[in-house]
Amino acid sequence: MIKRKQNWRLALLPALALPMVIMPIANSSDGNSLPPNSVYHLQVSVEDQFGEITKLDRYKGHPVLITMFYASCPHVCPLLISTIKLTESKLSAEQRADLRVLTISIDPERDTPEKMLETMERHSVEASRWSMVRPQPGDLRTIAGVFGVKYKQLPNGEFNHTTRIILLDREGTQIASTGQLGRHDAVFLEAIETSLQ
Amino acid sequence: MRSFVQLFVVVSLSAGFANYSFANEFVHIPGGEFRSVIPEGEGDNLIAVASFFMQEASVTNAEFLRFVLHRPEWQRGRAVSLFVDEQYLSKWASPIFLGPRSGLQQPVTQVSWFAADAYCEWQNARLPSFYEWEYVAAANESTADARALPEWQQEILSWYSQTGGDRLSDVRNRSANFYNIFDAHGLVWEWVDDFNAFLVTGDNREQGGADQLQFCGAGAITMEEKENYAVLMRVAMLSSLEARYTTRNLGFRCARRDEVRK
Repeated sequence: MIKRKQNWRLALLPALALPMVIMPIANSSDGNSLPPNSVYHLQVSVEDQFGEITKLDRYKGHPVLITMFYASCPHVCPLLISTIKLTESKLSAEQRADLRVLTISIDPERDTPEKMLETMERHSVEASRWSMVRPQPGDLRTIAGVFGVKYKQLPNGEFNHTTRIILLDREGTQIASTGQLGRHDAVFLEAIETSLQ
Repeated sequence: MRSFVQLFVVVSLSAGFANYSFANEFVHIPGGEFRSVIPEGEGDNLIAVASFFMQEASVTNAEFLRFVLHRPEWQRGRAVSLFVDEQYLSKWASPIFLGPRSGLQQPVTQVSWFAADAYCEWQNARLPSFYEWEYVAAANESTADARALPEWQQEILSWYSQTGGDRLSDVRNRSANFYNIFDAHGLVWEWVDDFNAFLVTGDNREQGGADQLQFCGAGAITMEEKENYAVLMRVAMLSSLEARYTTRNLGFRCARRDEVRK
């Protein structure tokens, strides 16, 4: 029930092969050029659906939609993806090409790269603009804290979590969010369009 | 030679402060089962807590000052607004000086979850989970679980009903509880690692309908043992916070896993 950071890192090391950043929070070296509320100050390593080790700022320079969920989630999570796709469909092809989507797993234990890739494939999202990543378990609360997402693991392995879609501007500042699912949120869409200008 | 003299001076000076200690012991807490006010899943609120270590007292201003000197990125004015709000350590006289309004042995407050988490990591520790905190805070001086005792409930409620006083008292001012933990109640509120695990809506009437979509998986948590107001107030307070928030009566202490005994 009570998980610990260190142990997890050890367990993940063989799988990740690359050295991981030990300090979850450190002001980045180029921190001076970032706005003080940019989420890119959070220097954590994550692994994407191809097993590549990357950072949360992989899409820096583009407006980014962020959401947190887990692959085996039965109901709401597929709805999250389809809501993002629905919102995207309201944009022009040119606007869409500039937008990025980063989905973050809250179940890094089970969301292996294979599982994440499978999820991305199942929803046929463009891998050139979308990725799903899993953090190290010890960094999960920090990431959720940054994005204002609440989650709790249940004894049966499932999760309760809040569903938010967050819009980051090109420098990683959170400028809008929505909790509306299954339809596009007009105000949120407008914020996306503005950020793409 | 000169550095030797300096060292000698430093040692003598420290000896002069022998009655002041930065030691905030990690006390061993034996594991066990208890009924939480927050059920883990549907229906079942019997929680197993593995044995662990917890700091006997809330982290003090002096301890936190030492931290920000070692980790300047956590000094007021340097910590980025992603991680702290505007009130972060604002009672201190300066980023590296406590001043007259912040006692060495008072619990540090006005610290964000991110800052508390970074402090514990610096101590090779972590924040306790809510269940760990609740488990330890269920004790009075003589028994592990005193929550059913009316006089104990009354004592705690009387503290929670007080409006935040002008000046916080020092840590360890009252006697330790059954686990040798000081000030589980009665001094400050404390961050827990999973403060953002409570999916409690502000208003129970909101459950069901469109709002249920906010929660993935089994529905929102319903709280058990509604008479246990003291702990429920903590839950309500914690669930209203964001990780960068700070308040005048919110501090923290760290915990460690028990490596040997599982």
